[in-house]
Amino acid sequence: MLNIKCPYCGDRSQKEFAYGGDGTITRPKLNQEISDEEWDNFVYLRKSPRGKHIELWHHIAGCRQWFKVERDTTTHEIFRTFKPEEEF
Amino acid sequence: MSQNFRLNTGGLINRDKPIEFRFNGKKYIGYEGDTLASALLANGIHLIGRSFKYHRPRGFFGAGVDEPNAKMQVEINGCSEPNINATEIELVNNLSATSQNCWPSVNFDIGAINNFLNRFFPAGFYYKTFMWPKSFWYRVYEPFIRKAAGLGIASLKKDKERYEHKYEYCDLLVTGSGPAGLASAYAAAKNGAKVILAEDKPRYGGTLLTDDVTIDNLSGKDWSEKIISELKEMPNVIVKNRSQVFGYYDHNMMVMFERTGDHLEKKPKYTPRQRLWYIRAKEVLLSTGSIERPIVFGNNDTPGVFLSAAAKEYMKVYGVLIGKKPIIFTNNDSGYETAIEFKKNGVNPIVLDTREDQNSELINEAKDLDIKIKFSYAVIVAHGYKKVKSATIGKLNKEKIDFVNTEQIDCDSICVSGFWTPTVHLASQSGNKLKFNDSIDAFVPDKSKQNEHSLGAANGTFTLQDTLKNSFNTGSEVSKSITKKDEKIQIPNTNERKYSAHDKFWCSPLPKGKNYKRFVDFQNDVAVSDIEVALREGYRSIEHVKRYTTLGMATDQGRTSNLNGLQLVANVEKKIVPQVGHTTFRPPFTPVTIGTIVGREIGKEYMPTRKTPMHHWHEKNNAVWVDAGAWKRPRYYKRGNENLFEASKREAKNVRDHVGVCDVTTLGKIDIKGPDAAEFLNRVYTNAWLKLPVGKARYGVMLREDGIVMDDGTTTRISENHYHMTTTTAQAANVLSHLEYYLQIVWPELNVNVVSTTEQWAGAAIAGPKSRDLLAKLFPKIDVSNEALPFMGYVEGDLFGVKARIFRISFSGELAYEINVESDFGLFMWEKIIEIGEEFNIQPYGTEALSTLRIEMGHVAGPELDGRTIPYDVSLEGLVSKKKDFIGKRSLAKEAFNKADRQKIVGLVPLDRKSSIPEGSHLVENKNAKLPNPKLGHVSSSCWSVENNNPFSLAILKDGKNMIGKKLFAVSPLKNTSIEVEVMSSHYVDHEGKRVRS
Repeated sequence: MLNIKCPYCGDRSQKEFAYGGDGTITRPKLNQEISDEEWDNFVYLRKSPRGKHIELWHHIAGCRQWFKVERDTTTHEIFRTFKPEEEF
Repeated sequence: MSQNFRLNTGGLINRDKPIEFRFNGKKYIGYEGDTLASALLANGIHLIGRSFKYHRPRGFFGAGVDEPNAKMQVEINGCSEPNINATEIELVNNLSATSQNCWPSVNFDIGAINNFLNRFFPAGFYYKTFMWPKSFWYRVYEPFIRKAAGLGIASLKKDKERYEHKYEYCDLLVTGSGPAGLASAYAAAKNGAKVILAEDKPRYGGTLLTDDVTIDNLSGKDWSEKIISELKEMPNVIVKNRSQVFGYYDHNMMVMFERTGDHLEKKPKYTPRQRLWYIRAKEVLLSTGSIERPIVFGNNDTPGVFLSAAAKEYMKVYGVLIGKKPIIFTNNDSGYETAIEFKKNGVNPIVLDTREDQNSELINEAKDLDIKIKFSYAVIVAHGYKKVKSATIGKLNKEKIDFVNTEQIDCDSICVSGFWTPTVHLASQSGNKLKFNDSIDAFVPDKSKQNEHSLGAANGTFTLQDTLKNSFNTGSEVSKSITKKDEKIQIPNTNERKYSAHDKFWCSPLPKGKNYKRFVDFQNDVAVSDIEVALREGYRSIEHVKRYTTLGMATDQGRTSNLNGLQLVANVEKKIVPQVGHTTFRPPFTPVTIGTIVGREIGKEYMPTRKTPMHHWHEKNNAVWVDAGAWKRPRYYKRGNENLFEASKREAKNVRDHVGVCDVTTLGKIDIKGPDAAEFLNRVYTNAWLKLPVGKARYGVMLREDGIVMDDGTTTRISENHYHMTTTTAQAANVLSHLEYYLQIVWPELNVNVVSTTEQWAGAAIAGPKSRDLLAKLFPKIDVSNEALPFMGYVEGDLFGVKARIFRISFSGELAYEINVESDFGLFMWEKIIEIGEEFNIQPYGTEALSTLRIEMGHVAGPELDGRTIPYDVSLEGLVSKKKDFIGKRSLAKEAFNKADRQKIVGLVPLDRKSSIPEGSHLVENKNAKLPNPKLGHVSSSCWSVENNNPFSLAILKDGKNMIGKKLFAVSPLKNTSIEVEVMSSHYVDHEGKRVRS
């Protein structure tokens, strides 16, 4: 069970969180002209890296904030966690 | 039978407290402080089970978690459990144990014929033999193998015991209370760190209880007692015995199994039987010690063959002799400690040492005691079937690959010592890649992946003085970095004797022409010859050899077999052990009961139960419940002998004819506030939201980004910047997360806040032609006319002094209202509605009637919005705005979603107007077509239309738009039905939606 540091609440057990997928995806802007291929890439295509990965987590049984986690997908080491507006 | 093998003095048992127990039906006596194993050995019982594959007689081999053979079916207090290690379970009154894997008895076991057929059972036997004919596997082979390959029997009775879970946090978790554990825990505790010290056995001290050493002039046992009592006094320390840390998980999450109940004579009422601890430790100190390695020789599995340290432990801790004529077979000095202990207790052992003539403090002490020692000697084979009677021993030649001479000597037991293997399981579980230490022929932990340190024997340090020094220092340093305190501790002195070097001898060679079975893994019956077969057949990777032969795969996790197996593979492959590598250790280190893993989350406590404020009213009025997520909802209210079908028909009919009331508290409710709320809703829903006036509700559909319908519901504008959203019961949590995601991650510039108010509001839907009359009586001060409160209108009112929200919305397709009050007044509201509704023939209705009403109206719900349908498929394309963008809109332009024959919702009625159509039925053109019969669609929802008094279903049908009027078959292989149906509009009642607006 991972130990995740919510940037708002502090260290909490993984049980309080929900995984939210790849944290590097940016949604296309509203009303943006976009090709089928670009849209499909946004909706369906995700990388599955071995190693460092920036992902979204949701503190679902806590403050209900979404935030980003930089984690190693093989060792589960968490390098840092940060608020979505923070640069990385 | 008296305890013939019990010493008159010595040991840590209580001779004043005899304990009666049964083994294979016979009564025996042991003492308080015994394990089942020590009590049986005191009574001279050695034959305790049969081996897994060959059904060979087996006896005790170890004295703790190292034991591979003594797995028993044990019954305590009517609770029967299989595969219990007799060396670990404490003796209690009326304990009853039976041998496993033997029939009809352990003494006469039919399965033992396998032993004489053993050349027909080589490694990979099952893989090779039962492959043909294929159909025989399920019918003949598997049932037979399952019957024959017996461990114990799982009880079919309900487990009445209580199991608990506990969470704990600490600075340091120390696993094992031997010298390393005590020293490091003590040092850390002195620095003020929060420490948990866990000991698997009932007694603290580890090897200090059995080794002849003094620390600061105290015996090992006295020193450990002194440290433990000091630790117990300290408020920052938790000391736990009978507690096995069995799993090392991510981020230093340690899981520990505590045996709290079974050893107690009278267990207090709320004391659990076992407890599972989740411990998040900042640092973990692994002081798990080491396990003695066997030396492999012929028939080394015969009862009476022991690990030498186990023999010593039985004498020192339990006052039990495992034999009166022992051979000590050793390649290092440890065997001499056992020999000296035997001698002190009046038994004359013979020591066979594979090394050439040696001198060390310990060997000289043995020589001084006149113990007979034969250097350069090894045991070749043990004789005796159910117990060792004699052994053929031999003098090794210089290369130690053959014997110069052999002789047979009488003995009743053989104690083997092949040096020590550090217990590295937890370190390995933590992700620590192990490294091979050539000087001890074993793997030790390498660089740490997580915050862990291995100490003492677990780290390959086999001397007490070094162990104490390193452990005090590590405990001190690790805690210092956490607490910033630095208490100086004097490292104690010991009187430890120096050892001479061990011999790398691990397996006796076979004399020419002899073919004795030499076992490497006792629990899974893997012999030297099996591993040789695997290698001969081309298995190279140690992971493959392990799986093919099952070496080390039994519940003892190969604690006594792994390294010898690796040595063998290395020898045959002409490699060295580190090149062969090792297999992976996985949790649990020792078997853990399912009850403990489940804990209190069982039966109705398996998940939380959510009840509405009106729950008890429903209960009193014969509600039959249905689970909606964690909620309990009335499915129908039973009257007399009604069944589901009759009751739901009555309730639905009453709504169509008069008025009904339904508890809709469970619907998800989300409060949305902020100046950008309208803009946000406009992006979330497919239809337009910018112009919704205050005091109006609107039906909305939301999509996922892939264009699939996610949820539907109504949202009401309470005031300028305040909206009240409802979701389906099932999707409430997902929708909230979805909204939060877009507000926090995608559009943080929107000034909007959302919060769940599902549990803050109780809801009642009143539906039916008489609902306006009822509403007028409930709210006499409000104008509820069609003009003042039209369809999709909203008004606030006063319900006999309680603030209420009134929404004119309808799921049943009738004239209907939904009233919300704060949850505390839910029951009050409900009872008022029932009381005042009486004159209008009101009846409560459950989810089944609710479904009937919405299905015949063609309103979609979960079965249609099943994660595979776009708005067009469920005839909601009218709600999809062409002008504005919203979540998922771009996906709707995809080619597949716009095909001319795209699936669409339709209604179905059976031609005979009688046969109910099972939900899930497939729609086909020709019911007799060759399989696979092309499927055109499926039946999503079915009901008995109360309006037309015949069955009616909704279905998602390919090219549904052009199929109206066609005849198809609804085929259900599950129910074995095939019903001819007519396709029609999904709106079976009130096509134009007049009633909701009336």
